[in-house]
Amino acid sequence: MTLSTRIWALHLAVLAALLAGSVLLPAYHQTNVAKVMVLATYAMGYNIAFGYTGLLSLGHALFFGAGLYGAGLLVQHAGLPAGPALLAGILAGGAMAAAVGLLALRTQGVAFMIVTLMFAQAGYLTILYNTAWTRGEEGIVIAREARMLFGHDLSADLPRYLAAFALFAAGLVVKLWLVRSPTGRVMIALRENEERSRMLGYDPYARKLAALVISGLYAGAAGAAYGLLFGYVGASLASTQYSILPLLWVLLGGAGTVLGPLVGALSMFYLIDYSSAFTTASLLVVGVALVLLVLFAPRGILGTIRERWLKWLP
Amino acid sequence: MSFGPFLLLALMEGMVTSAVLALAAVGLSLVFGIMRVVNVAHGEFFMLGAVSAWFVSQWVPGPPAVAFAAALILCPLFVGAIAALADMVVLKRLNYEPEATIVATIGLLYILQQAALSFYGPDARPVPAPFNFRVQLPWFGYSGYKIAVVAASALVLLGVWRLLAKSRVGLIMRATQYDRETARAFGINVDRVYAGVFALGGGLAALAAVLIVPIQQAHYLMGTDPLLLSFIVVIIGGLGSLRGTVIAALLIGLSDGVISTFFAPTLAKIVATLLVALVLVFRPQGLFGRRAL
Repeated sequence: MTLSTRIWALHLAVLAALLAGSVLLPAYHQTNVAKVMVLATYAMGYNIAFGYTGLLSLGHALFFGAGLYGAGLLVQHAGLPAGPALLAGILAGGAMAAAVGLLALRTQGVAFMIVTLMFAQAGYLTILYNTAWTRGEEGIVIAREARMLFGHDLSADLPRYLAAFALFAAGLVVKLWLVRSPTGRVMIALRENEERSRMLGYDPYARKLAALVISGLYAGAAGAAYGLLFGYVGASLASTQYSILPLLWVLLGGAGTVLGPLVGALSMFYLIDYSSAFTTASLLVVGVALVLLVLFAPRGILGTIRERWLKWLP
Repeated sequence: MSFGPFLLLALMEGMVTSAVLALAAVGLSLVFGIMRVVNVAHGEFFMLGAVSAWFVSQWVPGPPAVAFAAALILCPLFVGAIAALADMVVLKRLNYEPEATIVATIGLLYILQQAALSFYGPDARPVPAPFNFRVQLPWFGYSGYKIAVVAASALVLLGVWRLLAKSRVGLIMRATQYDRETARAFGINVDRVYAGVFALGGGLAALAAVLIVPIQQAHYLMGTDPLLLSFIVVIIGGLGSLRGTVIAALLIGLSDGVISTFFAPTLAKIVATLLVALVLVFRPQGLFGRRAL
């Protein structure tokens, strides 16, 4: 088996397993895994910026929120159907990432983190400020009639699972293709040594901006899908916590691995789900996980596996 | 009330905000200046100061003034000890690598927030002020306690400045800031300096919180606003510049007081956060600083 076949076989097998979940999983877990797949799509986008290009952003909630509200507000106030609203959400995420990137990418490292954090905070406050449209913290509940895609009711379990799967599968395939393409190689080169890639003739600013916009498109798609699939568009989904969560999932699963975001989001979701049986301290789980990860496993689950055993893992 | 006195009231409220903000921001600025650590958990040290002040006010019998005096001493020490512990157990082992420390302090933020929620609960609770008298101005009466807060903050800032500029401890801190390796070669225990600076930063945030808690109740989520405002102040003032930090605290506190009185507070915050992002993009050394972030 050649390397390329092996890589594609592994990723298609993961997708096949997720697809099998649509018939094998009981209803409760089906809803959970659908949610995890949407959030993992968000984390895959985060991984393209952070894991592959080395851009540690603390403001991705702004892009997720742009998709969420871009789709949600159009459905709610303009009566747009779910399909075009989804597209609008994706574009809103990309456009927001381009706007933020144009300014924020003039800075580096810690300054980049704080600038993105501040932009996201300004976006969150803007949502709260325009309560008349967004209904602030309380949020908008999208009616069932508005959540129809190609004649399928997205509020029902099976169509929702399949829609989340389609989103995740598309994201995964594009990402796998991207990171193994020449463009992806340049992204990794920028992460490893920006000066050397500049010397080789690549424009770091333009390349980083492109990576951030792709990342924003993913975040926007995940945000729009989240609103349409689960019927809720609220300010808490655009708060700082939603910038931290994809960072946590990517760190846990393995930064710079294609499947890492899925592994991270899935394990974190079920860790909190199971721990909620005997403690309500979910914030503690998140906090302790972050501290332990940076201290003892900075490469995450798949990063460690790649380092020890599977050197070929993309 | 006519416009003039109304503006005066807004400015006086702004002074109180500035005073507390300056203390919290100087703590953040010291930690960044000397250790080069961006402490995202700084707001939670502030929150812990307020929450522990409530516990002290419950445990210490006698008049409120006694309990308050006890809180003023005990709470910064308690929070400082937690900060020193966090530095020794977590940050030191990360070798103060910038991105790893930010992720770790985000983790610390959630841990402290959850600890406060579990042991203190979700309610906002007041702490009685040590004294109650009103200063009667021709147009309105004003709380004497708030004026005392401004005075106390000014005294503490003066103390911090003296500590840094005139004392042997300050000399050691500045030497460590200037060149960590050379300081170590001269026999300075850099690990202990770092733990001490992190404790001092946390302690200053806690002290600010104890001062504000009779005016604003203690709550487990109260750390977010001071964190963002401190970041804003430290960035606008220039990271690691004490004078710049104090000037920026005055600027931000006073304008926050005026804008919040005459316009919506949320709008004031949006403008402030965007301003900071743009300052960082176009003038990374801050308005008064000399070094870039």
